[in-house]
Amino acid sequence: MSDVGLTELRTPGLGGGLRDIRQSRFLLKLLVRKELKVRYRGSVLGLLWSYVKPGVQFIVFYVALGVFLGLERSPRNPEGLANYAVYLFSGIVLINFFSEALGNAARSIVNNGNLIKKIYLPRELFPVASVWVSAVHFFPQLVVLVAGCLFAGWHPDLFQLAAAVAGFLIVGLLATGLGLLFGAANVYFRDSENFVDMLLMVATWASPVMYAWPMVQEKLGTVAFSVYQANPVTIGVELFHYAFWFPTTDGSAAMPPHLFSLWVPVGLVVALLVLALGQLTFRRLEGRFAQEL
Amino acid sequence: MANAIEVSDISKQFVLRHTRSIKEAVVWLAKGRKGDLSQKFHALKNVSVEIETGETVALLGLNGSGKSTLLKHISGVMLPDSGSVRTRGRVAGLIEVGAGFHPDLSGRDNVYLNGAIMGMTEQQVNDRFADIIEFSEIGQFIDTEVKFYSSGMYLRLAFSVAVHTDPEVFLIDEILAVGDEPFQRKCIDKIQELAANGKTLVVVSHDLDLVARICSRGVLLEHGNVMFDGPIDEAVALLRA
Repeated sequence: MSDVGLTELRTPGLGGGLRDIRQSRFLLKLLVRKELKVRYRGSVLGLLWSYVKPGVQFIVFYVALGVFLGLERSPRNPEGLANYAVYLFSGIVLINFFSEALGNAARSIVNNGNLIKKIYLPRELFPVASVWVSAVHFFPQLVVLVAGCLFAGWHPDLFQLAAAVAGFLIVGLLATGLGLLFGAANVYFRDSENFVDMLLMVATWASPVMYAWPMVQEKLGTVAFSVYQANPVTIGVELFHYAFWFPTTDGSAAMPPHLFSLWVPVGLVVALLVLALGQLTFRRLEGRFAQEL
Repeated sequence: MANAIEVSDISKQFVLRHTRSIKEAVVWLAKGRKGDLSQKFHALKNVSVEIETGETVALLGLNGSGKSTLLKHISGVMLPDSGSVRTRGRVAGLIEVGAGFHPDLSGRDNVYLNGAIMGMTEQQVNDRFADIIEFSEIGQFIDTEVKFYSSGMYLRLAFSVAVHTDPEVFLIDEILAVGDEPFQRKCIDKIQELAANGKTLVVVSHDLDLVARICSRGVLLEHGNVMFDGPIDEAVALLRA
């Protein structure tokens, strides 16, 4: 006989939110692996697409912005940014990670509707798995970035490397929080995923990826610039610049004021608040996922 | 004997939403909420069922009577509008065969994925992997992508994973009418073995002869109400009448 008499009666279907993921690490691992396997099935280049797409994107932006619009520093253009290619690419890889993570997380619940309708499992797994998959895709881009940095004479110290980790964490937390929020909302209104697409387009330009932050400060003034700076993605991009681009230059470029004393903690707090809000919304809505999908 | 499942006075209303866009919802609000944006219907009305550990219960009824909805409440996929559901021990279900299968993954990957979805740990899947393959009779095709499987093979593998998850409470929805005759017999034998081992079974099926063989108790549902709850033979006779 079994020992069921020892266990308590419990209410099924009430999960512990993100805490459940710790117990479901095995399932999370398998879901991530499944996504990675399925993503490039039947394609000749396979995982190489993870290099080709950002590579082409980088070349387009570099030629258009660096060369045509004159953001790259050259003998004829001494006002430009030194090593603009590295500047640009270090921002692009982080924005790509954010876009892919949020875009897929926002669709993850609807895409896995078949499963969610039939079997109970912690549904937070799906958005979280999407973020993990994006992190795996981020890795090859990071390798390319580091190679480019080394070529440009990169010599980071430990603090700068820690800044990169912090930037990645802030953006990852934000993507998870927004992914939970929009993923749950998408079940009720499919407008949600279109809204996310729009948001992602704005996010690319609302951070100093293509241009430099002093241009924003000059045009916006102090107050509006503070709002601009409070965006966790902006802080993440600036941390990436500090970690990858800054050590390849002669060190004369200025970093945004109070980046470490004020903005990094602000970014972390904002990202955590969004995560809490996402989790709260998700838990309020998930009870009716099965019937709405 | 302790109760394995306590369903007390649950009701569930479904909203048949016609729209999935904010635009239509806004238009509806702007028109002063005229007309119905949605229709509602009761899938379950004040349903109470208590099932003891080790009981074998069939949920019977015509299409749309609320059987599957009740099963989804027991598994936790759905939450009731009112009332409460409580279960003891691990509940696993064959709600639909192969729900957690991905067509582009191999049989082996799917066994792991599906096992994990049903709550098995990595160690448990590893330990039972050989048994699962043997029971499913998939043999050499285990490393083939399941989209190339025949429907029978697909089903055998899915059923095999499910019976090897070893839950305390086993929910089965309309899956017994699957596979060829020998495999079906094997499935039924396995289910009866689970029942003999003191597992709690809740079965939804339209195959009345079959459930009469497996289950001892029948709960007859009609339009979301419990019409009868008692010995399986009487429940079947009532439904056939």
